[in-house]
Amino acid sequence: MTEESLFIKKLVEKYGKSREALLPILQATVRTYRYLSESAMNEIAAQLDISPAQVYGTATFYTFLDVEKRGKYVIRLCKSIIAEMKGKREIQKAIENTLKIKMGETTPDGLFTLLETNDIGWSDAEPSMLINEMPYTNLTPESVIEIISDLQAR
Amino acid sequence: MKNKNLKKTDVIFSCCVSGNEKFPILAGAIKKDPDLIIDEIIESGLKGRGGAGFPTGLKWKFAAMNRSLEKYVVCNADEGEPGTFKDREILLKVPEKVFAGMAICGQVIGAKKGYIYLRGEYLFMVPKLYEILDIFHAGITELGYDFHISILQGSGAYVCGEETALIESMEGKRGEARNKPPYPVADGFRNKPTIINNVETFVNVAMIQKYGVAAFKKLGTQDSQGSKVFSVSGDTPNPGVYELELGMKLSDFVDEFGDGDTKAVQVGGASGFCVPRRHFEETIIGFEGIPTGGSMMLFNSSRSMYNVLSNYLDFFADESCGQCTPCRVGCQQLTVGMKAIKNGEKDADYLNDLLKLADAMKITSKCGLGQSVANAFSSIVNNFKEEMIY
Repeated sequence: MTEESLFIKKLVEKYGKSREALLPILQATVRTYRYLSESAMNEIAAQLDISPAQVYGTATFYTFLDVEKRGKYVIRLCKSIIAEMKGKREIQKAIENTLKIKMGETTPDGLFTLLETNDIGWSDAEPSMLINEMPYTNLTPESVIEIISDLQAR
Repeated sequence: MKNKNLKKTDVIFSCCVSGNEKFPILAGAIKKDPDLIIDEIIESGLKGRGGAGFPTGLKWKFAAMNRSLEKYVVCNADEGEPGTFKDREILLKVPEKVFAGMAICGQVIGAKKGYIYLRGEYLFMVPKLYEILDIFHAGITELGYDFHISILQGSGAYVCGEETALIESMEGKRGEARNKPPYPVADGFRNKPTIINNVETFVNVAMIQKYGVAAFKKLGTQDSQGSKVFSVSGDTPNPGVYELELGMKLSDFVDEFGDGDTKAVQVGGASGFCVPRRHFEETIIGFEGIPTGGSMMLFNSSRSMYNVLSNYLDFFADESCGQCTPCRVGCQQLTVGMKAIKNGEKDADYLNDLLKLADAMKITSKCGLGQSVANAFSSIVNNFKEEMIY
């Protein structure tokens, strides 16, 4: 058994084999690998005894269940109207310049992916972003560079 | 508060459930006749706080009357409406009250299991919520009462806030809305009777049980009983969460929270209504006027309403689940059409065609997402026509 299929086997033991288990299993896989590879989706389908199309169809419905390879840290910058008004563009520029990537891209070292997302629930503290599960709020071009260098230094 | 007409209250966030007194609300409620609790909630006039405003007591009565042995309580914590963040604050500050409201619901309708469907953007609070849930579960076991709450996670899909889409997602599927009827009270999670209420609604139930119906009815107006938690953002010196009595005039709200130059307020998020300055005075925030889930976005005169609308349309086009044609194609065509007018590729009359399209979406879309696009679209286009064209 590969490491991946062992990982999924453990998830199936935890969440069960019913259709209801699919979303928690997909979410846990993304939490660990940051995306769902084709082989992971095939493995999940096999172990839950459903078609890979159902797994893929469900995964692609949800913004946070990426089916493309992502970096270790997935940055999701909020693009709500309030974020736009409070300086989202400057934050985006600062991130793009620091990481030398454009929106939607991943750094060559596989550390960061930069994405946009709809309102993340911090309109009282925009601009904001999520890095994996953690929210960062009241961002300034300076603070966002600091947050990124902290993660780079880890 | 500088505005005297605005009535600030402190019921939702007041900490009446600390220390050893954690479960008095629940302890009292489980000794009560479930029918009495339903009567009290109906009498209170409480309406759902997620935005749609269905009478909570009536919803619970339907589920209670159903003879199924398996029923569920679901807390809708999928607040994805742009400009809303009040459920975040409620879950961070007073989660015990939410749990208590859910357990009371379980007692009333005869459900042993509750679920909190938490939006993927709020996963950071999961460890803390489970910590408090553990204490809560120990407490209800001590009371000799059987009710268990679990947390299910969303993964970034706005449409899952729609109750039947939420159920589909809970069942591990794509979050596509179901046909209604049947309604979840009869045929919900696992096809069993299911109560789905907003986070704040459960807190309101717990507070009605603590303070009584009369105290609740003292707040608000005839049509809009009680208080409401508002998420205030945009061009305001004081963004944040505020609990205010329902039935206020928008002009009083703007007087309190505006920056002195407020041009428009978007009431109820992207799926809500845009109110221009000239209508502030006559607009009531509540079920007799504009009902809202609590999102209040303020825009001052430096803002382009075309940019505001474009942002909302991009949002809807992103989040439309694609299941029904009016919403899938309508959201895209409104987006494309507005750009074409702005760029001069279409003349101004084309706006009328787009307004008709929005109206058609309202009538023909399957769920609340597509049905409500016209709210923002028509109210912004009709009130700021010149900004859309030039």
